Amino acid sequence: MAVNIPPADRKGVLIELGGTALVVFALTVSLVGFHIKDISGGITLDLRFVDVASAVAIAIVVRGWLILMRHGHYRIVTVSAAAVAVLLIVSLLFGGAGVQTWLPFKAKLLQWLLAILSAGFAVGSAVRMAREGRPAGSAQDGAVPDEQAALMDRVSAQVQRNALWIGAILFLAAAVFPFMPGVNLQYLDIAVLVLTYIMLGWGLNIVVGLAGLLDLGYVAFYAVGAYSFALFASPDSPLLQDLGWTEGVSFWLCLPFAGLMAALAGVALGFPVLRLRGDYLAIVTLGFGEMIRVTLLNFYSLTKGPDGISNIPPPSLLGYSTQSKMDEETLENTTEFHTAMGWEFDQADTTILLYFVILAMALATNFFTVRVRKLPVGRAWEALREDEIACRSLGINPTNTKLTAFGFGAMFGGFAGSFFATRQTFVSPESFTFIESAVILAIVVLGGFGSQIGVVVAAFLLIGLPEIFRELQEYRMLFFGGSMVLIMLWRPAGLLAHREPTIRMHGRRARASTGSGG
Amino acid sequence: MYHVAYFLDQLINGVTLGAIYGLVAIGYTMVYGIIGMINFAHGEIFMIASFVSLIVFLLLGLAGGVWLPLAILIVLLAAMLFTAVYGWTLERVAYRRLRASPRLAALITAIGMSIFLQNYVQLLQGARNKPLPPQITGGVEVVNTTNQAGQAYAVSLSYLQMLIIVLTIVLMVVFTVLITRTALGRAQRACEQDRSMAALLGINVDRTIALTFVMGASLAAVAGLIFMLRYGATDFFVGFLTGLKAFTAAVLGGIGSLPGAMLGGLLIGLIEVFFAGYFNLEYKDVATFTVLVLVLIFRPTGLLGKPDIEKV
Repeated sequence: MAVNIPPADRKGVLIELGGTALVVFALTVSLVGFHIKDISGGITLDLRFVDVASAVAIAIVVRGWLILMRHGHYRIVTVSAAAVAVLLIVSLLFGGAGVQTWLPFKAKLLQWLLAILSAGFAVGSAVRMAREGRPAGSAQDGAVPDEQAALMDRVSAQVQRNALWIGAILFLAAAVFPFMPGVNLQYLDIAVLVLTYIMLGWGLNIVVGLAGLLDLGYVAFYAVGAYSFALFASPDSPLLQDLGWTEGVSFWLCLPFAGLMAALAGVALGFPVLRLRGDYLAIVTLGFGEMIRVTLLNFYSLTKGPDGISNIPPPSLLGYSTQSKMDEETLENTTEFHTAMGWEFDQADTTILLYFVILAMALATNFFTVRVRKLPVGRAWEALREDEIACRSLGINPTNTKLTAFGFGAMFGGFAGSFFATRQTFVSPESFTFIESAVILAIVVLGGFGSQIGVVVAAFLLIGLPEIFRELQEYRMLFFGGSMVLIMLWRPAGLLAHREPTIRMHGRRARASTGSGG
Repeated sequence: MYHVAYFLDQLINGVTLGAIYGLVAIGYTMVYGIIGMINFAHGEIFMIASFVSLIVFLLLGLAGGVWLPLAILIVLLAAMLFTAVYGWTLERVAYRRLRASPRLAALITAIGMSIFLQNYVQLLQGARNKPLPPQITGGVEVVNTTNQAGQAYAVSLSYLQMLIIVLTIVLMVVFTVLITRTALGRAQRACEQDRSMAALLGINVDRTIALTFVMGASLAAVAGLIFMLRYGATDFFVGFLTGLKAFTAAVLGGIGSLPGAMLGGLLIGLIEVFFAGYFNLEYKDVATFTVLVLVLIFRPTGLLGKPDIEKV
């Protein structure tokens, strides 16, 4: 088990280790090493050099493992990484008496992370060792990632080919989900949230995935939809009071209106800016999103600014209200659904109703997307994404075509927005920050552009998992950002990226000949 | 007379704000020029620089009174150094492997990095606003007059503002020399035009791109220090809006053009301050973006950008 590194490489290894240590030291010494602490009458510094030292030590060990693996010393890495992982996990599981008490960083989560990282190293290097044991197995470093990528590609292709089946199974699972045993209110709430993001992802997929337009301000349309509903439905809305209406408009009446308003906003924004190239479009849409938020924040007489609009009613069912009689004043002459049916009021029933409403809305978005791809306008979107100049020379008006994509995408954003308002019963500009746009875009891109099932997978990964792991608390967004980076580095084209032309002229032969002719 | 004084006051404020935007915008424009991606996390680099400057200021304060110009020089160098390491790491970890990937992939990674860095700083330093007492005080009175209500209204050019303007001009000169006269600048311009051809001619492309990030981060570090001195407080979220406006400035000036970035920064700073001063404070960001949209509609390549020719 002696470490055998060729003498010529030894200096390089030392430089590598030293360089890593130096970089990690420089990264951590300022922000980790000193903590700016508030004291009465000012601020002072707290020293945390132990954390810096441990960060450097961990970096050196990890880099050392990587170097050892590169030189084929899999056994050392497997044994030492497994030892670290086992020690950490055992002491983490069996109370505070173990190794973990003398680790300098006390956050349990970081210790778990370290344990998982070492376990990963142990497994990875054991797998490589086994692979090398085989006679034909060449131990080239590039081989393993390539195999992985090929595997994921095959999975993606399979998923796309069997989309109909997978879709049907997913639909059935979604339909029975609220009635499964063990599903409590918390899970239902998470499911509603995930479905909202799936719908937003599908809506944005029309703009980004099909038409290839980079939209960083999708949240603007979400906000327009939410406020168009909130302003007409809540008894607290200043607009309702100005109009002198005593009763808000029902969710079902408002829904098309909210979609229309959002689509109009989309067209109004899109009209001047859609002739811009990709990145400029991205920044302008981002700016537009911020403009909407700033306006909502400051237009106090209409939107009540940062106070937001509260008391938004839940959707009605068959003409009956689904609220409990909390607010006697507004509800005195309405009949609630549960009274009409002779049921007890139960919060879970309202959530189940919301669940099916958003499920239906999301499926409608999906159905629209799948069908519109077969229409001339859908084909024009995809053609534009591939080659704008070719489209123009074939007589497609790029601006108008993009405008329709933008408008439809915005419309679904508006629908989702009014659902958001009715679910939260409260809207304020705080819910419509840039980070929301980034999350929705991340769902589309991580899923693999244009892949409808990819959006579902990504929404589960990005929204569902962090919600379930609420215990991560303040680390949640850190992991969110980190996993966005890692997934993109692993699969730059998206998790389920697999692009085949939606239609082919005369089968495969024609494609081959145009390919060689170009 | 009051109106002139008020105008002058806004002008001075606008120019100093514009210097911050311009310095950050150069980082955006250089990275965009060389690898064609929006480095969304650049605003976070600026935010980190403001924290590093604050920490070094506090350290020097604890170490006992250091002669002020020397203290500022030390803070400047420390901020540039430590922030540059962040810039370098950002490129090495998050962007290098994605250079050949679809553009959106790099953009998503950049947004992910931006979220990551914001929360990293928030976790380490807390979410509360961190104040720094004014370090440079005093100034030269330019105009002294009375306002409409008859109260005294003095416009002064503070030493801090002078320092900011001088520092920015010096940096611009150094930077221009670096780009136009040195081997590194030549390599950068070559990579900008054609990366594979540059590599064939023996330019270390990886190193050149890494140095571009280092340079961009150092300039953002100067902006972070200026921000800290001028506004006296920072938190983990300052990078977002500053970054957004700086990117707007880069687009306004013509992305890829260094003088354009500085000009765009100045214009954005002036527009913001004048709009807030004469019309409406709350809607100043709306005004900035409206100007951006107008420029992009009527002059899509920005003020000093070269029109790019689409080849089929």
